[in-house]
Amino acid sequence: MREPVLKLRGISKRFPGVVANDQVDLDVYPGEVHALLGENGAGKTTLMNILYGFYQPDEGQIELSGRPVRIGSPAEAMRLGIGLVPQHPLLVRRHSVAENLALGLPTGWWRPTKPLGKRLHELKQQYRLDVEAGALVEQLSPGEKQRVEIIRALLRGAKILILDEPTSVLTPQEAGELFKVIQRITQSGGAVLFISHRLDEVLEIANRVTVLRKGKAVGSLTPPTDKATLAEMMVGRQVSFERERGMAKRGAPVLEVQKLSVFSDRGLPALRSVSFNLHQGEVLGVAGVAGNGQSELIQVLAGLRKAVSGSVKLDGRDITGKTPRQLHTLGVAHVPEDRIRMGVVPSMSVAQNLALRNYFRPPFSKGLWLDQQELDQNALRQIRQHEIAAPKPGTEARLLSGGNIQKIILARELAGNLKVILAVHPTYGLDVGASEQVHATLLQKTQEGAAVLLVSEDLDEIISLSDCVGVLYAGELVGPVEATSVTREQIGLWMMRGETAFTTIEA
Amino acid sequence: MEEIFSALARAMAFGTPILLAALGEVVVERAGVVNLGVEGMMAVGALAAFAAAQTSGNPFLGVVAGVLAGGIAASAHAFVSVNLRANQFVSGLALTMLGLGLSGLLGNKYVGAPLEHPLAETGFTWAAVVLSIVIWLVLYFTRTGLVVRSVGENPAAADALGLEVYLVRYGATIFGGMMAGLAGAFLSLAYRPSWSDGMTSGLGWIAVALTIFVAWESIRAVFGAFFFGLLYHLAFRLQGRLPSEMLLALPYLLVIVVLTLAALRRRQGNAPEGLGLPYERGTR
Repeated sequence: MREPVLKLRGISKRFPGVVANDQVDLDVYPGEVHALLGENGAGKTTLMNILYGFYQPDEGQIELSGRPVRIGSPAEAMRLGIGLVPQHPLLVRRHSVAENLALGLPTGWWRPTKPLGKRLHELKQQYRLDVEAGALVEQLSPGEKQRVEIIRALLRGAKILILDEPTSVLTPQEAGELFKVIQRITQSGGAVLFISHRLDEVLEIANRVTVLRKGKAVGSLTPPTDKATLAEMMVGRQVSFERERGMAKRGAPVLEVQKLSVFSDRGLPALRSVSFNLHQGEVLGVAGVAGNGQSELIQVLAGLRKAVSGSVKLDGRDITGKTPRQLHTLGVAHVPEDRIRMGVVPSMSVAQNLALRNYFRPPFSKGLWLDQQELDQNALRQIRQHEIAAPKPGTEARLLSGGNIQKIILARELAGNLKVILAVHPTYGLDVGASEQVHATLLQKTQEGAAVLLVSEDLDEIISLSDCVGVLYAGELVGPVEATSVTREQIGLWMMRGETAFTTIEA
Repeated sequence: MEEIFSALARAMAFGTPILLAALGEVVVERAGVVNLGVEGMMAVGALAAFAAAQTSGNPFLGVVAGVLAGGIAASAHAFVSVNLRANQFVSGLALTMLGLGLSGLLGNKYVGAPLEHPLAETGFTWAAVVLSIVIWLVLYFTRTGLVVRSVGENPAAADALGLEVYLVRYGATIFGGMMAGLAGAFLSLAYRPSWSDGMTSGLGWIAVALTIFVAWESIRAVFGAFFFGLLYHLAFRLQGRLPSEMLLALPYLLVIVVLTLAALRRRQGNAPEGLGLPYERGTR
């Protein structure tokens, strides 16, 4: 048996009130991909931060190639040959790729980017990792940015590469490319620690899996084979992979969007003549790489952004240019993308946050005054009904977890007689249990006759919930088409190339 | 013809302190720190330079004193805004008021005092032009420049690579203060040469505005500074025809003009992304 290149024994890390890592053991062997699987909050990130020198473990020891080490800082981690490819790239947006790479390398003082050309060429030969050195980072796709991070780690001599949720921002095709690169890295002797909560990709890429649950390593499989077992280890109970679609009947169009064009904050066209119909009882999933007009689409439908041209009709009535309050009164609910910034007021109480849509009318308002008692009564009802883990109505919203904040938003937005629900990344950052609940709530609403416009970067979510799927690419909408008529790969192609991919596939 | 040459020469002289201070501010802001204390640092530098030159009789010692005083004043801003992560705009404004008040108070006994060996204006002017080229070379062709620019754009990225964000920002801020001090030394040792309270008369503010106007590029600052030097000179020549209050208000008027022009040219989009934002590890 070979020696592990990285060996963790009994690693524990406590934060006030939580044990983030509890006696975790982990072995990473050279030439292998070791997946670290777990839900959000299971302790994956903490363990990664310990390995990369951001945190010091309270207990336990780390051995690198049999030698005990102490990793005091990211710089030290890199000296020891540990490289991290973060989930969200840490690059200087407006600098070139070469400048970003040179920043982390001990090249000379005068023209530090100069020696890079040769080394990039070597990497291209060895791993087929290709990126244009002169390009500005802001012009790169998420996949290319990730490649820059990988190249940087390799240039700095990383023998162990930590990839943190690397596929979360990639299209399926880009993910496939990444997996090939990972294979070439392990073939040449490198070790990869692959952090993920997606079972399918772990099964595809990993030689070993360690599953974390509530801070503990609950087991490992070598090699992993069985999805159901892994899921049960991860969640602690059986999980169904069945499509969650309800029996909702699709009815008449409720929302008719005609040739809608919108500018972004920077004054550039963000939506170009987008048209679609949303029918009663339907879930329309809108996929796309972030920044292709999704935010602007939702904002204009929610009354937060002005349309440049085109119209939006609700039940045949023109609602273009209505205010958010008017729209909500007409039955348009908005579950916003950034739940902390747009969904709640973090410094206000749960009770106040629950009343943000209706505070100005009775029973909450009494003339000029708010009825505090009524606010609290309402909050207590909602807390019970929606199982919000808030100790009391007066608790500040910022003290709650992401899942519970989302419950507050859903309780507030999805109350009453709804026609259209605009839901953006509704399960982003939530654990499996909370995600299931959010999905169930949305599907329940479709059965009551509401239509859902679901914007998400999570393709699995789109595919499992939607009746129809569209893709936003450079402000243009591809589709929508019946969800059953397209494959994941096709959606991925549209995300990367837009309509041109559509026509080539059909032809 | 001679008239035009002398006008241009005066414009260069007017522009020199603006250029020196703006070059410093370009570097500071490239590292992500806004220092609105330029006017105050300039005043402190002017007084320190004059006092040292007058007591020692050596004007070069005066220059050194001015530069050091500016640097020390800037380190106060660096401490408050980098270490304590206070609001950089407020801290800079406080530094301006402190610098103006302190120099006025301590400089009382030098008012009207003569300076035996004043320095030539042209020396400062050429030094400023050379410095603008050197700063451009350093910013774009060296590791030091790459580090400064990266810290100003995305301090979190620089930190993750093991760079010392605080140290870089400190260094840049102090460098900016030294340049403002040098601008002050030019005023009290060469341009006037004497000390009077409030002799910086808003030039520091023009330098701050110029930094934005030239989109944080040191070589453009040369042209910008001399352009405003020319405007200044023209206004000076019209003194008889215009009310004198007009001249006093001119620097502030110019600041507004500069910023309006910059906004019209959409230059603010070139601002370093981390500009004015304190950096703290672990927050995004």
